[in-house]
Amino acid sequence: MNTVYQIVVCAGIVPDPLQTLEPVASPSGPALKNEMMLPAVLDPWASHSLYEAANLAKHLPGSKVWLVSLGPKAKLQQVMMTVAQKVPFELVALDGPGGGFTEAAEVAAMLAEAIQAIPGLDKSKLLVFGGWESASRGAGATMQMVGERLGIMDQFQGVDELKIAADGSLEILERIEGGKHQISKCAGLPALLGWATGNLPEPKNNPQIGMVNMRTVMPALQKAKPVKFAGDGLSFVNVALPKQLRETRIVKDKSPDDVAKEIIEWIKK
Amino acid sequence: MSNSSSGVGAAKIAITMNKGKFMEALAETKSYVSLQTLPGDDVRQLMWRFADRYELQMLVQAARNVARGPVARLVAGGGRNSHEWTPDKAALLPHFDESGITAAFLDPEQGGFIAGPKNFVLALIAFELAWVDAGAATCSLAGNLGLAPIHERGTPEQRAKYIPAAAPLKPGEQRKQIRAAFALTEPIPFVGVETGMLAGKVRVADWKSGCEPMLQVDKRGRFITNMGFANVVTAAVDSDDNRIKGSCMVVLEEGYPGIWDRGTPTKKLVHQLSSTNDPVFNLRVPANRIVGGYTVKDGVIVPNYSHGEIIEAVFRRTRVTVGLMTSAKLLSAIEPIILYQRRRFRGGEGAPGTPRYELGIQQKEDALHRLVDIWATGEASASLGFAAARLFDELDSLEKQKDQWLGKKKLTGRAAFKELNKKQTEALELLRIMSRPVGERDHKREEELQADPLVKFSMLDSLANVLCPACKLWNTGHGANMMREAVSLMGGYGITEDCPGFLGQKWMDAQLEATYEGPEAVQRLQLSITMTNELFLAQFEQWITGMRRIASDRSGTGACTLATAMQLWLWTLKHVQTATDADGSKLYHKSRQGVTFPLADALCWLLAARQFILDIAELDAKGGENPAVAESLPGTVAFFTDLCHVQTARAAGEAGRICAEIVHGYNRHPAWDETSCHACFCASELETLEGLIPGIDGSARAYSDVYESGESHPLKAGPCVRFDGLEAFVRLRAKLDGCLTGCRLAKDRAAEALTKVMTREALDYPA
Repeated sequence: MNTVYQIVVCAGIVPDPLQTLEPVASPSGPALKNEMMLPAVLDPWASHSLYEAANLAKHLPGSKVWLVSLGPKAKLQQVMMTVAQKVPFELVALDGPGGGFTEAAEVAAMLAEAIQAIPGLDKSKLLVFGGWESASRGAGATMQMVGERLGIMDQFQGVDELKIAADGSLEILERIEGGKHQISKCAGLPALLGWATGNLPEPKNNPQIGMVNMRTVMPALQKAKPVKFAGDGLSFVNVALPKQLRETRIVKDKSPDDVAKEIIEWIKK
Repeated sequence: MSNSSSGVGAAKIAITMNKGKFMEALAETKSYVSLQTLPGDDVRQLMWRFADRYELQMLVQAARNVARGPVARLVAGGGRNSHEWTPDKAALLPHFDESGITAAFLDPEQGGFIAGPKNFVLALIAFELAWVDAGAATCSLAGNLGLAPIHERGTPEQRAKYIPAAAPLKPGEQRKQIRAAFALTEPIPFVGVETGMLAGKVRVADWKSGCEPMLQVDKRGRFITNMGFANVVTAAVDSDDNRIKGSCMVVLEEGYPGIWDRGTPTKKLVHQLSSTNDPVFNLRVPANRIVGGYTVKDGVIVPNYSHGEIIEAVFRRTRVTVGLMTSAKLLSAIEPIILYQRRRFRGGEGAPGTPRYELGIQQKEDALHRLVDIWATGEASASLGFAAARLFDELDSLEKQKDQWLGKKKLTGRAAFKELNKKQTEALELLRIMSRPVGERDHKREEELQADPLVKFSMLDSLANVLCPACKLWNTGHGANMMREAVSLMGGYGITEDCPGFLGQKWMDAQLEATYEGPEAVQRLQLSITMTNELFLAQFEQWITGMRRIASDRSGTGACTLATAMQLWLWTLKHVQTATDADGSKLYHKSRQGVTFPLADALCWLLAARQFILDIAELDAKGGENPAVAESLPGTVAFFTDLCHVQTARAAGEAGRICAEIVHGYNRHPAWDETSCHACFCASELETLEGLIPGIDGSARAYSDVYESGESHPLKAGPCVRFDGLEAFVRLRAKLDGCLTGCRLAKDRAAEALTKVMTREALDYPA
């Protein structure tokens, strides 16, 4: 197989999940307290898609990965210091709000526009990757709308595995309800995949990759297009953190079988 | 309502509020802009001057991933609890290789990826690794130390052979990667006492005419880091043969004929993630393995560099990174302590929203004040360490130019020293010109001197000779004391293996950092010589003016206090250089360590505080350009300014105490004898005189000793001390006390900030 792919990964940045997140009201709507000051990471869901994209490109010589990322430029730069060491890619940066309180449709429009502006993009070779969820506020709709705007009809969400057959067709493992997977076949490109966790571990940092990536990352950040959202029609009724649920019992002298039975009963509920 | 009653009232009201309301109420009572989150990478990059160096920023992230990933897991899993070099510890080496930590020491043409000097690079790596475990930092850096003699003084052939071979293997590459160790220290009686004396010997084993001489190297090492796995050792040995002159360093390779015995693991209690053994070598080595090469004169092998010259070139750089290891420990302790303090009472009595629940131990001023002290020390020591590392980066290229210049002129030894002295004089001239108002300067001469790299070298070299030992001494010595304080703030938890942040282990580790690569006495000795260098002192005087200038813009930093303390120190130094003690013996003498060493200690306090102030000024000046920093900049700068003030006050206090002890302490206290009592008055005598000289009774009692009728003298040690000849010192000391005004208010503000700063929910590494 000598297919050459153009893989565009859409990935935003989110506050480091270990941080204390406190929703607050700002003049422009809801926000996270001290959000600009909190260390950020590449959205974990989208990160998986980036690693999958890089792995695919590695095995298909000539293929290339672009990372399209929307976020405050200064924060993006910090995140790139880690991400750029993971896998080879070319950055397309959009300088705009990175929080979870933006309208998915507007974000999708910006991302799609940025993708379309990538020089030499060939839709017959195009795979668009992203996370099917987000660690900031999972609208669960952004990637679909990016696909719609790009005119990509073949879309898959909750993807855990992608296999490419000899004829260039795609076999995709998608998560569905009840903890099951669905296998889909797609005749060819273009296609959009919203990834769940995939199967690949986080690549180790490699400074050589980092140094190569930086040749394009820094210029991309310098010329990052400023993006503003109108936010028309968007209002938040309430913003709250998910509640922690902890049900802990200390039980002694219970057999493993009994413990297993109880867990099964709990799952059935 | 009085202040005190409103404080109590606020606390009572807060009990009924939720957390948010409580904090709002707290903010209303004392509203000022302060620290919002713990300082992130953006802030550090500005303070430590690498905001424009993305290759370093990437390396920081890579080193951090290793530190807070595999290293932290190993420590948490009890990996430190053995002296041996275990497979688990060895598994860290591939992580160092893959992340770029190993190659960071190398130039791009040698397999590295960062061009230029590496002092600052290695300092950042040491800092990141030591944030979790300094043994891991030592393990990584000791390989560089092993190669450093070759890097600094090796022949081109030696550099080409050994340095690139230390680069990690590329995929598919088939070669043996060099892992180096540095063997200087020997078993007792000399261990750690005198690096100038060597029991390790080298003699000529075989020297055929026209061939390379073969040497027999006999060396027993002690506490040799990396020896559990190293395959190349640079060993310091002395001649045991009249056909070899003096001492040298020799490269030993595993596989050379003879004995290569790694020896037993050292039973150290600290830095257990580094391998430390007591090896034995008896190897036959070609003479071209003498580091830096040799010449043959009259049938005698003369090494181009003695072992002393090599270790001087090596240690003056590597000691800075050791100092930064302790800084990292102190700063890494802040978050775990805050988390511990705030959560101390949760789960017991007290509902969410109450001060007891929300603030825990942070309700107590003492706990906060002590944490402020730890943080301030950590900041000042990091500032000093990174400044020293940057200075060595700047110095490296100038040093090469100096070597080339001397080489061109064929100057060595005394002749070279003489020429460099001329440059020092020119550097002093430049400083004198620059201290004049711009309009009165000889600009032509100024430009001429500024363009001379050797003048610049002289200036920076005089600073490096002070900053390096100061950083090593103060960061590790005082840092170890403050780590004990950090451990104590964690209560009993602090001395358990599972203390968050591994604070107990870090405390112990700090003691090693104070010891290795030259213990504290060695650093004090070096400082006692280098701090009297005329060129250093001329720059120090300019720094005093600089601090006053900063103080006029940023009064809250305590820069003015520091300037006065610096003046006091300088006065004392000049005084003791000419003064004698009560018995007429010289005060400033190399054997008089009771004078020279404390003055060296005092200087370290001042240098660290000064650099902290400079870093805050830099953050304030550049922070606004970074949108990620700009929003929080006023609060961050305000907090750091208070922290600075706390640190400068402490530094001034230490310097003042030390200087006063030295200035007064070597004079004999007056006794009730004829010599001392000539200025005393008798009460009845004063009564008589009062009629003739009104007011004399009061003045005499204020300035002299008065004994009442029937008394031989008042009940005390002797007449009060007079300060004849020391009036300037007394005035400065009194002024310094006054300069402390406001420092405790700054501490209160900084402490208050600690109760509000946002932290993570959990540390980002396992414990």
